[in-house]
Amino acid sequence: MTYEEQLLALAKEDERIVVMTAENRAAIRGLPAQLGERFIDVGICEQTMVGAAAGLALRGRIPVLHALATFLTMRAFEFIRTDIGIGGLPVKLVGAVPGFLSDGNGPTHQALEDIAIMRGIPGMQVFCPADNDELLAGLPAMLATPFPCYIRYNAMPAVVRHHEPFAPGRAEQFGEGNDVALLTYGFLLREVLEAQRLLEAEGLACRVVNLRTLAPLDKDMLLSAVAACGTVVTVEDHFLTGGLYSILAELLLAHGMTASVLAIAMDSRWFRPATLPRVLEHEHFTGAHIARRILHALAPEEEFVRGNGQPLFKTYL
Amino acid sequence: MTDMEHLALHERAMRVREHIIRMSTDGGCFIGASLSCTDLIMYLYSSVLNIAPDRVDDAQRDYFLLSKGHDVPAVYGTFAELGYIGAERLRNHLHAHDVLYWHPNRGVPGVEFHSGSLGHLLSVGIGVALDIRLRKAGNRVFVMLGDGELNEGSVWEACLVAGAQKLDQLVVIIDRNGFQANLRTEELLPLESLEQKFEAFGWAVRRIDGHSFPAMEDAFSSLPFEQGKPSVLIADTVRGKGLPSIEQRADRWFVNFSGEEVSMLLDELHGHSAAQLHSAALHVR
Repeated sequence: MTYEEQLLALAKEDERIVVMTAENRAAIRGLPAQLGERFIDVGICEQTMVGAAAGLALRGRIPVLHALATFLTMRAFEFIRTDIGIGGLPVKLVGAVPGFLSDGNGPTHQALEDIAIMRGIPGMQVFCPADNDELLAGLPAMLATPFPCYIRYNAMPAVVRHHEPFAPGRAEQFGEGNDVALLTYGFLLREVLEAQRLLEAEGLACRVVNLRTLAPLDKDMLLSAVAACGTVVTVEDHFLTGGLYSILAELLLAHGMTASVLAIAMDSRWFRPATLPRVLEHEHFTGAHIARRILHALAPEEEFVRGNGQPLFKTYL
Repeated sequence: MTDMEHLALHERAMRVREHIIRMSTDGGCFIGASLSCTDLIMYLYSSVLNIAPDRVDDAQRDYFLLSKGHDVPAVYGTFAELGYIGAERLRNHLHAHDVLYWHPNRGVPGVEFHSGSLGHLLSVGIGVALDIRLRKAGNRVFVMLGDGELNEGSVWEACLVAGAQKLDQLVVIIDRNGFQANLRTEELLPLESLEQKFEAFGWAVRRIDGHSFPAMEDAFSSLPFEQGKPSVLIADTVRGKGLPSIEQRADRWFVNFSGEEVSMLLDELHGHSAAQLHSAALHVR
């Protein structure tokens, strides 16, 4: 099933749902014919789209808005904050090609601060699906909440079976290891699971936490990961400021805790535009790079070798 | 409109102005711009909008959205006169236990949406109108904009969208008092010819004297001005209307008057001696 099919099914069940776009139809091309007047394309007018969504929500609608993540969350930011946020209205904002997914577009299109600014709005929920399966699993719940919501759109094919039923504020854990906790969200789950496999081959027991929603936050799972594991790693295609690393820091401070945390994020710069695999390679976000960065942080002076004596990460170190 | 009706409207508008003047002390308010749209807002609630104090949540009601939120004393004064709120509540202005402050709050019965940031409520009004059209309902949506507010690009973006969507249940009223915060509008970003600008964006345009009740009656009874187009009524007004000592004064936008000055302004409103004003305008609001 695609996002479009899922959204159409939900809209057919619920007359309140109105699909809007600022002329970004990539994920919803078939909906104009299916939804008629409940599909509203305002043109390349992100501010007007958000303001109009507030008006529709005032009348009881649940508007689901589509635009590129940068322009939706940043061009229209003050409208989101002022009309949707202050109004406390259940408008759902779907931002396309967030983070590394803008691949070759360049910094104008790189939403690397979208989570920071969206979670800064009181009441705003933030959903970062790891893949198409999680997007579809979470969509009904995120549309049903009475809160505004930012959805970091990601419809990449799943590489893992999600075992935890979806609920806002409920994370999903892979593995029980107590050496390293890898915390992540969005499509990078794929790379983080690969890093987990590589690290476990090196004898490090790992757990991976897929946050799914960053607001509300699964505080219990994060706190138990920190309590159980000697090393905590946050992995995100977001600026260091305001994303998961900041969220974790806020949570630990609030509980009077500290931890050994390695932050893998974009630190105060935009990424080199390229195809997605090349971005991950260049910026050192592939599973192998993530594993190497963790091993390097754990023992920066050592050379890591396999049981058979062959160096594993020699080429990277 | 009979002479009696005209006189009643005039007297009611005078009482709204008294409320505004009383809100201009103990913290102050945006008095000049509130007085320019007083006649329009009072007329809308008295004679145009399908709404009443006992059915502010009626799904069939007309919507009034004050996009130039700093003129809210004119709305609250009107609400007090028409029974949406008790007149004694106006004494809570700028007291933290109530929500009467310099911009609208939905906690006040009759306020449809908050504002204060310019250039927002035309797009919100478009959303309300889109829902009304989806439901094939008969409500109308009136949005009041300031002329200074027309500096905001989001207004023109929304004008394009409303024109493209052919929202003829949408009515914009422009309080054309000729000023923005510190300057005459034409000295900074010239707006004229406003009629031509809106026509070019697909709107049906009328222009009236914004202090003439017969002109308002004529215009508001002709809505929509054209089928299939949003309507815009450009209302030429006088900033500070009713108080010659602040009329057309660029430095009387936001003022916090003393109690004595308020008394003098109330006298001046009723045609007695002109007020001797000393309080400086605050340009920082």
